[in-house]
Amino acid sequence: MSYLPYAVAAWICLVGLAGVATSRNLIHLAICLMVTQSSSYILLLSVGYVEHGKAPIFKGTKLGTTAVDPVVQALTLTDIVVSVAVIALILALALDAHRLSGTVDPDGIADISG
Amino acid sequence: MTRRVRIVVLAPALLGLGALFAWAIAGLPAFGDYRGPYGYVLNQVVVPLRHTTNVVMGVTFDVRGIDTMGEEFILYAAVLGVTLLLRDESGSNTVERHTRRLGSDAVRLAGVLMVGGGVLVGLWLVAFGYVTPGGGFQGGVVVAGAILLLYVVGSHRDYRPFRDEHVLDPLEGLGAGGYVMVGLAALASGTAFLTNLFGPGKSGTLLSGGSIGVLNWTSAFAVTAAMLLLFAHFLETYVAPLELEDAGA
Repeated sequence: MSYLPYAVAAWICLVGLAGVATSRNLIHLAICLMVTQSSSYILLLSVGYVEHGKAPIFKGTKLGTTAVDPVVQALTLTDIVVSVAVIALILALALDAHRLSGTVDPDGIADISG
Repeated sequence: MTRRVRIVVLAPALLGLGALFAWAIAGLPAFGDYRGPYGYVLNQVVVPLRHTTNVVMGVTFDVRGIDTMGEEFILYAAVLGVTLLLRDESGSNTVERHTRRLGSDAVRLAGVLMVGGGVLVGLWLVAFGYVTPGGGFQGGVVVAGAILLLYVVGSHRDYRPFRDEHVLDPLEGLGAGGYVMVGLAALASGTAFLTNLFGPGKSGTLLSGGSIGVLNWTSAFAVTAAMLLLFAHFLETYVAPLELEDAGA
């Protein structure tokens, strides 16, 4: 029994946020955001873990064997799909920003207007 | 706001958030001490009711099938967004030169073998998604990733068929629309939207799960097409100048 996985999720979230806030490059920023989002995968999977539980797949495992929560695993799948969608959009915006301002530094982009 | 100011503002905010996290974690049951009923209930009922031995996919495509439909359209919306944002990219001649081909034949051979192997693994993940670990989303991403390797180890010409929107757009439509059609078919037969239509079949085989198998394949099509469309739009920036050159040569 421990709280370590939850603490890891919290730590990854904070580190990712720090990266987003101090980033000097939009691509780096997108990856930092991905790091932040991956903390939610760890949190979801940890919440659903049952001690000594197997994967909730009963091919070759007898029905009734203690298994972990399948709901949070399905939610993690959704989470990953959403993160892919968000990253794709951010990278497209980064390409656009580079085309318009010639830089991928968020501070440099802030200077242009209109 | 200068960097220094930003860091000064950020530090206490992160510390505060960290403290809130610590407070929240202290109130959680310890790791492994699972209390919710749903995991236990689903692990008990999904296999007897639907005969899908992969309960995660049973949950994804049946128990919360409507959520997964929304998820598919999130991906659809992202592809739409990227298409709209990058539509003027092509034709810009300012892109720097990129190496056309890998120098090493050994690397190219290994890469080409990985394309075939990757596509096969992806299709296997999709096909047996609801029996063993895998599923339409995961397999679709693997297939698309394997195809992208063709661009990495080959040339932009080898990859051209896989960024053809006349093929990818209908495939994406088939995937996203097919999912909705399965739901509407249930509605037309007099039950609720996305009710599992076909019999549960034989547990642990490909003929199990009823609608789950169909939904699994539609989402595999949608995800593969969505990923390939995303790759296509990003690659356009780099490939368009090379193609102009081909036409001139």
